[in-house]
Amino acid sequence: MDAAREQWGTRLGFLLAAVGSAVGLGNIWRFPYVAWDNGGGAFFVPYLFALLTAGIPLLVLEYAIGHRFRGSAPLSLRRLHPRAEWIGWWQVAVCFLIASYYAVVIAWAAGYAWFSVGTRWGEDPEAFFFESYLGVTEPGSLGGVRLGVLLPLALVWGLTLAVLSGGIRRGIERANRVLIPLLLLMFLVIVLRAVTLEGSAVGLEALFEPDWSSIGDASVWVAAYGQIFFSLSIGFAIMITYASYLPRDGDLTGNAFIAGFSNASFELLAGIGVFAAIGFLATTGGIGVDEVARDGIGLAFVIFPEIISQLPGPSGLYGVLFFGSLVLAGISSLISITQTYIAALQEKFELRRRTAVGVAGGGTALVSVSYATGGGINTLDVVDRFINNFGVAAVGLVEVVVIAWLIRELPRLRTHADGVSDLRLGMWWVISLGAVTPLVLGWMTIDNLRTEFTEPYGDYPLMFLAVLGWGLAALALVVGIAMSRARWPDGLALDVPGGPSDHGSNRREGRP
Amino acid sequence: MSTAAVITMLIGMSAIWGGLAVSITLVVRRSRRRARQP
Repeated sequence: MDAAREQWGTRLGFLLAAVGSAVGLGNIWRFPYVAWDNGGGAFFVPYLFALLTAGIPLLVLEYAIGHRFRGSAPLSLRRLHPRAEWIGWWQVAVCFLIASYYAVVIAWAAGYAWFSVGTRWGEDPEAFFFESYLGVTEPGSLGGVRLGVLLPLALVWGLTLAVLSGGIRRGIERANRVLIPLLLLMFLVIVLRAVTLEGSAVGLEALFEPDWSSIGDASVWVAAYGQIFFSLSIGFAIMITYASYLPRDGDLTGNAFIAGFSNASFELLAGIGVFAAIGFLATTGGIGVDEVARDGIGLAFVIFPEIISQLPGPSGLYGVLFFGSLVLAGISSLISITQTYIAALQEKFELRRRTAVGVAGGGTALVSVSYATGGGINTLDVVDRFINNFGVAAVGLVEVVVIAWLIRELPRLRTHADGVSDLRLGMWWVISLGAVTPLVLGWMTIDNLRTEFTEPYGDYPLMFLAVLGWGLAALALVVGIAMSRARWPDGLALDVPGGPSDHGSNRREGRP
Repeated sequence: MSTAAVITMLIGMSAIWGGLAVSITLVVRRSRRRARQP
């Protein structure tokens, strides 16, 4: 099976796909607010520390697992240790749940790119988004399917599944070769326009003015690690899957540094663009930045439409560029999230790629429709909260603790990464993964649990939180354990492809 | 913008974008050097 495994055509192709996976909606709508809210310019200290002690080490770990064991996350972890397979399936189940609602947010952005022409949200973007566009109902009530969401959702899934049907080189790599340069170009235009607006300096000052006292606040460090962790697509199967298609001589550590710093570079660019635009809105409205600074959906679908409406000149074009950027960033991430479970199901059930794409991808698209209803945003809000806190963070913590402390595979994976990489891993890598990352992720998970039990999320009914929050997060774990009990195909090697001695033994010159 | 904000902005940009530039340069230089080796 390994001999026939697809591979990235070039190193650049892999890097663009890895960066495309990491650069998503969170870079644009989460990082700027997190940085501003956690010490402004001073936030860069814990942020860079987190990048070097958690982000890049975890990227190297997952690249090494995927590259060494050459399979989807469940198969690679099964080959790493027979009792680690369930972690891979848990990750895959988390990916399925995320893909089902992530596509809907991309669909909203696509809808808003269309609405930008003529600023169709009118005078009150908040009312337009929640009432006219989404037709929000009470939590627990589905409401009808919203055609304005369903149509772009069909487009998003059509495009994503078409790319995935093409495979690694002709589908994912080729798509990212277009998506990522285009995203960068569009975002550069957005940033250049934003920094030339009246009041942009006010926003930039708010973002970069350092509050050095925040460095002593533990919650700021947790926020920095959380941003790095959620933004880099680590801890939930994607990077293991993508690295499994690298050629035998793929430079793992070098790729991890480039991907990690590329993601951080885009986040910084997004911070500058977003806060320059927020400064413009605050200045024109004669209010403080803190009155308009928001993150997530509020930033993208309420604040940015307000900014676009007030822009001098061709404001519709700016809206198309902004929401188009969200679509591009989102689709490149959605492709990577969906690929994790398509690859896993292909291997476990010996499916042809197109069958797996049709069944798994098509199945997710159908589940997505439940979020394209009047009650969809309530469901999405709760599922996203619980899957991030008790899915992504928890499975990432379990993965690191199991590999570093229970099965003690860090030395073998370090040897493998060093064997194929130009840059050598030092003790910082072992300390980062053996101590720093488990401590911070453990702290985050315990703190999330404490918060959830003392102050239940939002104003949602407890039953709503129990079923769609706790229930789905627990279901991902149960599905993971259940899937690991199913048998692998008889012909599939469950030991290491190439034998135990292939650590970097087959380097080739002229690596792609 | 205040001086402190300008300085942290420049340091932040240098650290992150500089980190990316250094990573790419190191990786490209080393792989070229290795490709030249017989």
